[in-house]
Amino acid sequence: MTDTQSPGGAPPAGAPSIEGRTVLADQDVSRALRRVAHEILEGNKGADGLVLLGIPTRGVALAHRLAALIKDVEGTEVPTGSLDITMHRDDLRKQPVRAVETTELPQGGIDGKVVILVDDVLFSGRTVRAALDSLADYGRPRIVRLAVLVDRGHRELPIRADYVGKNLPTAKTERVAVRLAEVDGHEEVRIGAPGRP
Amino acid sequence: MKHLLSIADLSRDEIGEIMDTAISMHDVQRRQVKKLPTLRGRTIINFFFEDSTRTRSSFEIAGKWMSADTINLTGKGTSVSKGESLRDTVKTVDAMGVDMMIVRHMASGAPAQIAQWTNCSIVNAGDGMHEHPSQALLDAYTLRSKLGDLDGKHIAIVGDLTHSRVLRSNLLCLRALGANVTLVAPPTLMPSGIGSWAATDSFEVSYDLDAVLPHVDAVMMLRVQRERMSGGYFPTAREYAVRYGLTARRLALMPRHAVITHPGPMNRGLEISADAADDAQSLVLDQVSAGVAVRMSILFHLLSGEGSSA
Repeated sequence: MTDTQSPGGAPPAGAPSIEGRTVLADQDVSRALRRVAHEILEGNKGADGLVLLGIPTRGVALAHRLAALIKDVEGTEVPTGSLDITMHRDDLRKQPVRAVETTELPQGGIDGKVVILVDDVLFSGRTVRAALDSLADYGRPRIVRLAVLVDRGHRELPIRADYVGKNLPTAKTERVAVRLAEVDGHEEVRIGAPGRP
Repeated sequence: MKHLLSIADLSRDEIGEIMDTAISMHDVQRRQVKKLPTLRGRTIINFFFEDSTRTRSSFEIAGKWMSADTINLTGKGTSVSKGESLRDTVKTVDAMGVDMMIVRHMASGAPAQIAQWTNCSIVNAGDGMHEHPSQALLDAYTLRSKLGDLDGKHIAIVGDLTHSRVLRSNLLCLRALGANVTLVAPPTLMPSGIGSWAATDSFEVSYDLDAVLPHVDAVMMLRVQRERMSGGYFPTAREYAVRYGLTARRLALMPRHAVITHPGPMNRGLEISADAADDAQSLVLDQVSAGVAVRMSILFHLLSGEGSSA
């Protein structure tokens, strides 16, 4: 869900720069996303029935970018929205109070659609679990798939991504930070030493 | 934030956060499935020693929609009527392991006192003539959604101000948000010592509603408590309505964009005419609708987060 995640999911910490090395630089992020967009189209055999739902904050930016890439390829506008999962988290009492972000579903809703959940980092899988729960309150998609920019492993739930921009082996204590032009003004994925970024 | 006892305990940012979360909660209210798992397993007691429709039902709905277990207790039908002290009653309930008590009591300061006696979160749902913070937050939320940022907006609060807990909370809340406030009431219904209070908290006081109305962005009408009519605060209901009621004539004095709020229950024909209550600029029903969303937000802020009560 956010940049620097601990197993429970850390609160968005603004955009502090973190020590460590860059794994994906500027162009690499775009390239990875382009491939993911193609894979989504391939898997769905076109853009029919697709709905892209980003998980705030950076998942929303990624969802809109994927929609733009799909439009470049297919010429179709894919309905895109955001899905806030704060109220469905299982760690609310282990973290300071979180700000609730907006949920905006596209006009046509999600009933019978192929919903692609989009997030920046897949880690414990708890965010995705919360997203699946939250989705059920809005309707019944035909299929739900998961697209992430980075899969860093260390799942705590039986959840996997269908589309992955970059598989990134990490130690559980390391921190992964995703920065996107729309949110942070520059673009990169960095992996940093354990502890506070 | 563990308790919500007074608006004075909240910073401007905290008020803003509660209102922001309420926007998302308002969306939940418009959904088909009105249920969030957020407070699953938490227990909330609505402890109402005084009558209430809106506040109690909206707190109960708010708790239920967030999956908390909510239980209602009133003064009547509990051991209070057998003479049990307030302290013993609330300590008994606390001992059952509840997470939150939402308290309305006729004595000013009762919720703050209960917060000292118990371990759970306490929400003040109206205490005597002191405060009613959740009402102020929902009023501010309703006004903000129509007028935008309240900083610099001019809001008149009109009515029975002496006895009003809604006034005290609203005044604190609106001032914290940077609104300019003018209080309007007959001299007999203006809180005593208002002059020095107005000086410290920088708000205006007026006894002439007609002079204030042309400059307002919002007018907040407060209920005149009919039960106090014999108390000599004003000679007749008619005289009050003529001098301080929001009549059709006065409605025309207000700028077109200005809105009307009333925390309810309304005395139509007394402090507010049917023309004003049903006017397109009246937000009375928006307030009720916002009541649930804002209270959900309050429950979320008090019961989630690190170190929230056991």
